[in-house]
Amino acid sequence: MRRVVTLYRTTVGKKVLMALSGVVLFGFIFAHMLGNLKMLAPATDGHFAMDVYAEFLREVGYPLVPHGGVLWTARLVLLVSVGIHVLSAVQLARLSRAARPSGYAKEDSLSLSYASQTMRWGGVILLLFVIYHILHFTTGQVHSSFVSGAVHQNYVSAFQSPLIFLVYFVAQTALCLHLYHGVWSFFQTLGLSHPKYNHLRRPFAAGFAFTVYIGFLTPPTLVMTGVIF
Amino acid sequence: MNLTLHVWRQSGPRDAGRHERYEASDISEQMSFLELLDVVNERLTNEGKEPIAFEHDCREGICGSCGMMINGVPHGPKTLTTACQLHMRSFSDGDEIWIEPWRATAFPVLKDLVVDRSGFDRIIESGGYISVRTGSAPDGNAVPIRKEDADAAFDAATCIGCGACVAACPNASAMLFTAAKVTHLAKVPQGQTQRWDRVLSMVDAHDSEGFGNCTNHGACQEACPKGISIDYIAHLNRDLIKATLTAKPDVSGKNA
Repeated sequence: MRRVVTLYRTTVGKKVLMALSGVVLFGFIFAHMLGNLKMLAPATDGHFAMDVYAEFLREVGYPLVPHGGVLWTARLVLLVSVGIHVLSAVQLARLSRAARPSGYAKEDSLSLSYASQTMRWGGVILLLFVIYHILHFTTGQVHSSFVSGAVHQNYVSAFQSPLIFLVYFVAQTALCLHLYHGVWSFFQTLGLSHPKYNHLRRPFAAGFAFTVYIGFLTPPTLVMTGVIF
Repeated sequence: MNLTLHVWRQSGPRDAGRHERYEASDISEQMSFLELLDVVNERLTNEGKEPIAFEHDCREGICGSCGMMINGVPHGPKTLTTACQLHMRSFSDGDEIWIEPWRATAFPVLKDLVVDRSGFDRIIESGGYISVRTGSAPDGNAVPIRKEDADAAFDAATCIGCGACVAACPNASAMLFTAAKVTHLAKVPQGQTQRWDRVLSMVDAHDSEGFGNCTNHGACQEACPKGISIDYIAHLNRDLIKATLTAKPDVSGKNA
């Protein structure tokens, strides 16, 4: 136990927690994106594919686990992951500020990418977005015509508004940038590095971020343009 | 060529410091950057003013003393080059040049462009010793080492401890330096006995010096005059995680 405490005490240990909680969130985001593509699938027997999928998420694992058991377990894991991710980000940001209190009169950002420089504020934007998103589609308080359980209908009525579309577009852009630097950082922080595969890490991060970006934005774009209704 | 310099002047650790403007005229493009400062200093001395303090020693790019920020880039605009090996032909007539010391809590400014880099010495010290047979010199090639490992260890060992990685890093992290020092021993058989303890102590020392954490920007490897790659940081991370996970509990005797 002594050594685990030692690891967490180091800056590297906090980054490891950041990476491990991050990988849970990558997995969730990818699954969420795949789920949203159900908006593209045709309805069967008068049931929208999205609604069938939402019902599946509530009932999966029953009767081995109670109704909603898998769903609530997943929510708990996600909440803990977000908590760890944010906590380590705050601690590391404070350490960085203490280590470099004053900048240079003349700045040159060398190889800093836009994605890597916006991790912290991008993360704040994403956190605020996630809160809004839950109030919007899960609990419905900020949705103007929310019907509990009618996921497809809620989705369509939301994205018919260009303003809502814009909010989600900005959030997805922030997510894409965050994922691009986050996925690459995940490999680097956990030491998943090998001369034979290192050149694949950046393209993989870019590919993952771009796939998620396109996957999430395709259904709302089709709603906006009236293809899905 | 004629240049305008904005040089950071700070009389001591407690002084707030400020940029001062100097005109440097008739500068030859054959001069090194440090020779430019020598010329300016000679004029300042003749005028009865305090010359600009800057650190320098070998002036051939191997000692790591001459670090300074030149136009926001450690060691100036030329890659893989220390400030002493940077020549004025990299600038053009009429240029304005901003010259500042490294900025990091762990590198307090002593005077003008000179910072206290003894934090690096304490990180190295925390790495301890290596267990090797001393006495007569061992036979050449008595210890077989794979070519790739020898090359990787040698690349890491080219670190001159100048501090450019810390200066370039937005978090003032010394991970590239620490990683180079940890890895050059971890890659060769001579470094194996203390390998796992060494990485733990050196990262611990790095953090207690007040260096920041690595957020994988990669600015350090761009700034490094020896071209040390951030792949070594991944290697350090891997060793630190492994050292933590595989450390045996603190027991001795027959239960050990």
